[in-house]
Amino acid sequence: MRYDSLVDSVGRTPLVGLPRLSPSADVRLWAKLEDRNPTGSIKDRAALYMVQAAEKDGLLAPGATILEPTSGNTGISLAMVASQRGYRLVCVMPENTSVERRQLLEMWGASIVFSPAAGGSNEAVRVAKAMALEHPDWVMLYQYGNPANALAHYETTAPEILADLPTITHFVAGLGTTGTLMGCGRFFREQVPGIQVVAAEPRYGELVYGLRNLDEGFVPELYDESVLTTRFSVGPREALRRTRELVEQEGIFAGISTGAILHAALGTAAKAVGAGERADIAFVVADGGWKYLSTGAYSGTLEEAEAALEGQLWA
Amino acid sequence: MAIEVRIPTILRTYTGGEKAVSGDGATLADVLADLDSRHPGLRERIVDDKGLRRFVNVYVNDEDVRFIGGLETGLKDGDTVTVLPAVAGG
Repeated sequence: MRYDSLVDSVGRTPLVGLPRLSPSADVRLWAKLEDRNPTGSIKDRAALYMVQAAEKDGLLAPGATILEPTSGNTGISLAMVASQRGYRLVCVMPENTSVERRQLLEMWGASIVFSPAAGGSNEAVRVAKAMALEHPDWVMLYQYGNPANALAHYETTAPEILADLPTITHFVAGLGTTGTLMGCGRFFREQVPGIQVVAAEPRYGELVYGLRNLDEGFVPELYDESVLTTRFSVGPREALRRTRELVEQEGIFAGISTGAILHAALGTAAKAVGAGERADIAFVVADGGWKYLSTGAYSGTLEEAEAALEGQLWA
Repeated sequence: MAIEVRIPTILRTYTGGEKAVSGDGATLADVLADLDSRHPGLRERIVDDKGLRRFVNVYVNDEDVRFIGGLETGLKDGDTVTVLPAVAGG
């Protein structure tokens, strides 16, 4: 396939079957390989849509500075898009993220402001909002509340999946900004009667939940509970185990959040088998494993890998 | 009947620092009421008069109770309830 530039090549990723992990010929799992995007994650779609929307609204002029709170992938995507379009990018990122994320952000020319580990992305959002007040000329795209984030998935990710898998019965994805699930979920609910939309939410170590009080919790403005069928919390042990199964059995080298998504997808598959129902379950491979090699996720025992992730924002 | 309830760091002031406590009851509401009898004030941090507080998530065997019955979610012996503050991703 030929494209005019790298940015034009975002999306149109493969959907691949999982012949070994699928429980039967009637209950099949399908992986949407979003690591095949230009910077290696599904966030390229949201980043491009948010930048295009801001350009259309006249918010971004050449030389403008973009500000964004991010635990990594969105920042990396924005850094690439910004570098190609002549914008400066300042990312606010929690300090407990993998070293590769920092290296990639810097490689694409972004500046990084670190927010405290305790509180995770909630703290990054808080710090970025404070910086936005100090720099009124900067443009915060704000992935947690920007409709263009969800729209990217409504207009591209979900239609691609449906075109490849018209018999889809379940869609499973990770819950972070909620953009993927809200955008894809709305599209599927309009197009596929009875579809189930399942969220897999990473459950981190205690440090990440170390808020000062419960009122400092955070629910993204994009989130609409009614789009989901259900929502599972998946801890690091299960996420790591499934991440390894995915590469060992199907050859798919994915990031750790994908292990959490696969865990929810396999649980969904087991329910369908138990109920004697046919199922075509599409799930999202949010990114590849490259950015997590330094975490030790892919080597040693599961116990060692889990211990190494303690306190880290692994999704 | 014993239900294990995992308590987030910020609410452990109510449980004497315990990470998990044991409760009794046929529904989530019952278990929270039971816990409150031994850990006064805990329940009020998780629910208000409208139901579960906005920035609190509660899971039964890792499934978000908002999708399986809310406070009326049925519980059985050996179930695990996890209480967590809502956090961002991305």
